[in-house]
Amino acid sequence: MRAVKPTAEDPWKALRLHTQARIALGRCGVSLPVAAWLEFRLAHARARDAVLTGFDKEFVRGELEKQGLDVLTLKSAALDREEFLARPDKGRRLSGASAAALREYADSGEKTGADVCLVISNGLSARAIHDNAPPFAAALTPRLAAAGLSLAPVVVVDNGRVAVADEITHMVRARLSVILIGERPGLSSPDSMGVYMTFEPKPGCTDETRNCISNVRPGGLGIAESVRKLCYLVQHAFSLGYSGIRLKDDMPAAWLPPGQPFDSHKTIE
Amino acid sequence: MERTSSLRRLLAEASPFRSGDALAGVAAASDEDRVLAQMELADTPLKRFLNECVIPYEEDEISRLIVDSHDFAAFGPISSFTVGEFRDWLLTDAAGPETLAALAPGITPEMAAAVSKLMRVQDLILAASKCRVVTVFRNTIGLPGRFSTRLQPNHPADDPAGILASTIDGLFYGAGDAVIGINPATDSPENCFRILNLLDSLISRYAIPTQSCVLTHVTNTMELIRHGAPVDLCFQSIAGTEKANASFGINLALLEEAREATLSLKRGTVGDNVMYFETGQGSALSANAHHDVDQQTLECRSYAVARRFAPLLVNTVVGFIGPEYLYNGKQIIRAGLEDHFCGKLLGLPMGVDICYTNHAEADQDDMDMLLTLLGAAGCNFIMGIPGADDIMLHYQSTSFHDAAYLRKLLGLLPAPEFEAWLEKMRIHDARGALLSPGDGVQALEMAICGQ
Repeated sequence: MRAVKPTAEDPWKALRLHTQARIALGRCGVSLPVAAWLEFRLAHARARDAVLTGFDKEFVRGELEKQGLDVLTLKSAALDREEFLARPDKGRRLSGASAAALREYADSGEKTGADVCLVISNGLSARAIHDNAPPFAAALTPRLAAAGLSLAPVVVVDNGRVAVADEITHMVRARLSVILIGERPGLSSPDSMGVYMTFEPKPGCTDETRNCISNVRPGGLGIAESVRKLCYLVQHAFSLGYSGIRLKDDMPAAWLPPGQPFDSHKTIE
Repeated sequence: MERTSSLRRLLAEASPFRSGDALAGVAAASDEDRVLAQMELADTPLKRFLNECVIPYEEDEISRLIVDSHDFAAFGPISSFTVGEFRDWLLTDAAGPETLAALAPGITPEMAAAVSKLMRVQDLILAASKCRVVTVFRNTIGLPGRFSTRLQPNHPADDPAGILASTIDGLFYGAGDAVIGINPATDSPENCFRILNLLDSLISRYAIPTQSCVLTHVTNTMELIRHGAPVDLCFQSIAGTEKANASFGINLALLEEAREATLSLKRGTVGDNVMYFETGQGSALSANAHHDVDQQTLECRSYAVARRFAPLLVNTVVGFIGPEYLYNGKQIIRAGLEDHFCGKLLGLPMGVDICYTNHAEADQDDMDMLLTLLGAAGCNFIMGIPGADDIMLHYQSTSFHDAAYLRKLLGLLPAPEFEAWLEKMRIHDARGALLSPGDGVQALEMAICGQ
């Protein structure tokens, strides 16, 4: 018997131009051909590795300081990566030592009572933060300044969850928190960053008080667009006096944020 | 173990081990304590569940819903049973499809949770396979021998061409009869309106007997309806406590309002099940709204919410929430089968998003096991995602190939109206088998790309 090629291609492969989704994989019978299967396994292996990559806080601090920002580095209550994964409650609050350090800082009165507190944490993907947080901060902070909003020192937290920003912002008595955090790494997106905004946060806040912008990464929502969206949300949170589900993201397509046009932020000093 | 345990505590300690109950501090202290709790639970009369809420009636509107909507007449045939006797009875031929359907309004979520805790995997499969829940909108979902998929063509930037490319891929694998449902990357009404128009024009142009959905908050959907958007189904994530639902920004009155608004559009052609709910063990705890109740009992309480609104689809997103709630493949598999069984027992059209995240100890082998077991259990629908990889939500679910595998293995067919369409489009042959690609492809592909 002559061997017949067991796999059939899907004739709509040209549609791959439009998406990074795994379309037109072909089939053997109705099942997934071996090459596509092994590619999937490789991506999963990489994503697993990404979850466990360490957070280079000093790199992030250095990048932020180059932008002229004051930076504090703190730790969540999760002792290590394993505890961080199994105990999200610990990632939502600061370690005893970090809380004490921040309280001491806040009690000194310096730079407290700012309008905005920017928090940055590795969350579930350090790579997302290494790649995206410094350029995001560089695009965001001049716009906040142009809108007349003051900024608390940027707080970089090891192994934090979204809610850790509530405690931090509350302690430094800032009015609104923005946290940049590594999202769950996807197979084709180990570098995706989430941005959460909460007006007047305090420990115990739940999700309905937040606004979220997700998929911030090259190939997802770009830095310029996500900063534009965040500026819109920040401005409305201050004018309405709340954030969350009642604050609809109905930004008009042509809305321009305060400050310089985009692409020129690198020249702002 | 003392006989004076509260039902809440007894249910928690009898629950098969999972990380979320340990996180909440409600799990049994040891395996021995767990089995002793199961023995005590087995001896507990079902009637006790009518006199004792796991969350006080006065404090929680879901408790009030459960108590106030309980159908005592329907409960009659099992009213003398203990939980253990109920488990044994469910496995007998006396518990057939008609009997179970009639019984559903008499079963409370806590009874369903309790009996499932005494069941092993084969029990969960066998008992669920006898529950039939059929729902209708533009097609008929849940008939015996049928198995549907939600086509989930998410795109990280909500790009219309990207969404269509994944949709075409899915349709050519026979996916999409449960719904073509998109999780938008951004929730703005403007963006959701655009996606709804895109899906609506695809469905009408090719007369596809299915429905679309943009999975955004009910308040957004209501606003979209007010602005004239083509809304087929109204989506909402729900949980099993009033406080957890409040953290989602919803309550029962709001859901009723949303359902009425969606019904007013009268867009269903076969029937009017207009709601699409998603649930998942652990959601209440993640909102710190669990009242020391175990996560599987809370999951069942969310089904009381779903049942109130006659949904087309209820989807338990079983492994999405992460390893802190379901640590590994073993826990995910059991939870998926529990949710499917309990939902079906309560009369809900259950589907399962068979999934895991990259920070969980699970892989495709685990998903294949759950997929195959759910096929045997008669699950109404699963997700269909290109290559099992959701590039927007960052998790792995089931693929178009996975659904085709299950249909082939178990001889299952899509919803009948959709099956006829697939045959007309030369995607399936007359016996429901996937045709080799090519025959019907060019026409649809060219037409869509030309849009």
